[in-house]
Amino acid sequence: MKILPGGICQAGTTRVNKTGGWRNFKPVYNYDLCIKCKLCELLCPDSSVIPREDGFFEFDYDFCKGCGICENECPKKAIDMVLEEK
Amino acid sequence: MPRENKLDKEKMVVVEGSYAVAHAVKTCRPNVISAYPITPQTHIVEDLSQFMADGEIPNCEYINVESEFSALSALVGSAAVGARCYSATTAQGLALMHEVLFNMSGMRLPTVMTIVNRALSAPINIWNDQQDSISQRDTGWIQLYAEDIQEISDMTAQAYKISEDKDVLMPAMTCMDGFILSHVYEPVVLLEQDLTDKFLPKYEPEYTLDPKDPLSYGAFADPNYYTEFRYLQEQAMQNALKKIEDVANEFYDIYGRYYGGLIDEYRTEDADIIIMAMGSVIGTVKDVIDKLRNRNVKVGLLKVRAFRPFPADAIRNVVRDAKVIVTLDKNITLGLNEGALCTETKSILYNTDINVPVIGYMLGHGGRDIKVDTIERIIDEAHEVIRNGIKTESQFIDLREEIL
Amino acid sequence: MKSLLAPGHRGCAGCCDAIAAKFALMGTGEDCIVINPTGCLEVMTTPYPETAWDVPWIHSLFENAGAVASGIEAGLKALGKKDKTKVLVLAGDGGTLDIGIRSISGAFERGHSIIYVCIDNEAYMNTGVQRSGATPYNASTTTSPAGKVSFGNPRPKKNMPEIMAAHGSPYVATTSIGFPKDMINKVKKASEIEGPSYIHAHSPCTTGWGFDTSKTIEVAKMAVQTGLWPLYEMENGEITKVKKIGKNVKPVDEYLKMQRRFKHLFTMEGGAEEIAKIQAIADKNIEDFGL
Repeated sequence: MKILPGGICQAGTTRVNKTGGWRNFKPVYNYDLCIKCKLCELLCPDSSVIPREDGFFEFDYDFCKGCGICENECPKKAIDMVLEEK
Repeated sequence: MPRENKLDKEKMVVVEGSYAVAHAVKTCRPNVISAYPITPQTHIVEDLSQFMADGEIPNCEYINVESEFSALSALVGSAAVGARCYSATTAQGLALMHEVLFNMSGMRLPTVMTIVNRALSAPINIWNDQQDSISQRDTGWIQLYAEDIQEISDMTAQAYKISEDKDVLMPAMTCMDGFILSHVYEPVVLLEQDLTDKFLPKYEPEYTLDPKDPLSYGAFADPNYYTEFRYLQEQAMQNALKKIEDVANEFYDIYGRYYGGLIDEYRTEDADIIIMAMGSVIGTVKDVIDKLRNRNVKVGLLKVRAFRPFPADAIRNVVRDAKVIVTLDKNITLGLNEGALCTETKSILYNTDINVPVIGYMLGHGGRDIKVDTIERIIDEAHEVIRNGIKTESQFIDLREEIL
Repeated sequence: MKSLLAPGHRGCAGCCDAIAAKFALMGTGEDCIVINPTGCLEVMTTPYPETAWDVPWIHSLFENAGAVASGIEAGLKALGKKDKTKVLVLAGDGGTLDIGIRSISGAFERGHSIIYVCIDNEAYMNTGVQRSGATPYNASTTTSPAGKVSFGNPRPKKNMPEIMAAHGSPYVATTSIGFPKDMINKVKKASEIEGPSYIHAHSPCTTGWGFDTSKTIEVAKMAVQTGLWPLYEMENGEITKVKKIGKNVKPVDEYLKMQRRFKHLFTMEGGAEEIAKIQAIADKNIEDFGL
């Protein structure tokens, strides 16, 4: 990699930095309870809730830091935070 | 090489120095002008405002900012979207910009800013010296100093071409002595629009802030990267050395006017004494040299046009065979009892085979007149140095001892 | 809605800034240029050579976001590119209320078409939770710590939205990251208005305020529900819309006890009287805004 004068960066390149390793607890869906309200996707500070074709979502564990906002805000309690096994 | 400055008398008009600069700026087709009024810069921005009010600067926005800090900050944004930018300031205003100066050069954003040199407070003083721009010498801005109104006018176009060059991409200050040049009426050739359109290409930066290609500007660089950015800035300054010379020559080819590149020489060929100076004092020194040359005194002048980048090689080549170098500084590095030109000149001679003594004089502070007899006395003292060596390396001259 | 802030940034787990930035960009869409003065958001999103931004972004300095935005707007205009591109400032409370107030004041007085979003987490978080002009009454920060003779920050928050409305801004609004639709819609509305608009987004910081990373949104909602952070819109200086809390109003101690920065109010002698003063602030908001 050559640096560009002035320190210009190419868009979206933090994607090389997998922050999933920060996590102690990981969110897990209970799809039986999920109503596809999209709130988890909307609130995730790490854009780590990924929509699936069937309208449900899945977590991008490469980046999810395990903050638990999705679990705390889920109106149907369809997300559980479970201890990360390392 | 010294060249003949071919001024076309037919084209000459008598205007105020500030107007000549404002006209030059207009001719360079700026896109954004952002400035805050401060004496003695005001006439430049007033004239530009009138041009705007009269619709004479197409595709341009004038931002009446609320401070010098914002004047330059706005141009950081404008330059980053690909606009050709202009500002002007002096003294307190330039000091207030200090943080932004580093920021703009660090982001490698070209611009041109006229510095109408003035003393810094306290005590408050609105008159000329060069402490303001000299104090900003480490900020990564190219600094060019003009001798007269014609030169500062023409230097404006040159500065854009240097600053915007892809191997340079560093902002540039063009410096003119406050009041002495800014408020004086002289016959000048106003920068010609047709020639400038030929001389100065449209500014087309390789990178800009553009939603179609979303780049980030101003990321933070940790110890793994910061040094390399500083290195690249220094490389850009070194590239500017050549570019300043080239642009002066290109300017001469198109306009027929020349004031030197990095430096200029006046009667230095066989000079024992070489006086080094910057700005409007050059005129006075040339007059003294002419007078003394008639009495066979071997004295010449080395005019420093570019203070940043500092033209080490160009200066060494000129002073090599002199017997003494005299620096004139309208500034002081407090705590060193020296002006900056004195310090820098000594530094570029050390570790070389050139062994010419350097003596420095600090003068013209806060608008004090630099008189012919002061320069003559300095030259007398330089003779004394040739005869008996240096007694005082650097000193104030024309101090009013009676009030101390 | 697509997120224009990429993952991999270094924001804390549960970071309010990341959420606020994401919502703001959902309001403007991708045809925008972001100006981000110094702060957590800047540092955590752009460790060279990486950036989390999928829109053009610039950080210049701490105190000049208003001016840089002015210059970008003017530059785009001069180059004939301003038609659709929005100029969005995402600044912290320190960069807005304190060190940057001259620059934002100038930009608004001159009437540049910019959207200025203040992400207010009520202290200088990037440098380690020091007090700012937006720190609320009695909050303990590292430079306004609670102690034997102190209940923490001795002053109420500076009323920045009112200051911006006094500049003649056509659109000033308060919002909260606890109300995503409210925030996204307000930024969207601001980006459709000519001239300078100001949106003050209340943004609870897990690290600086001292609550669990999962509670960022919950705390934000509670600030609104107590009346401590009223949500309203001002158009041309007049309040045109207020988010009612009505009977769902919560007492302030429910909000305060969620946060470490107010913990001393529940343990120190005289704390109850101090909480009553904070309740009075909320009550006055409820009355003034008809919440």
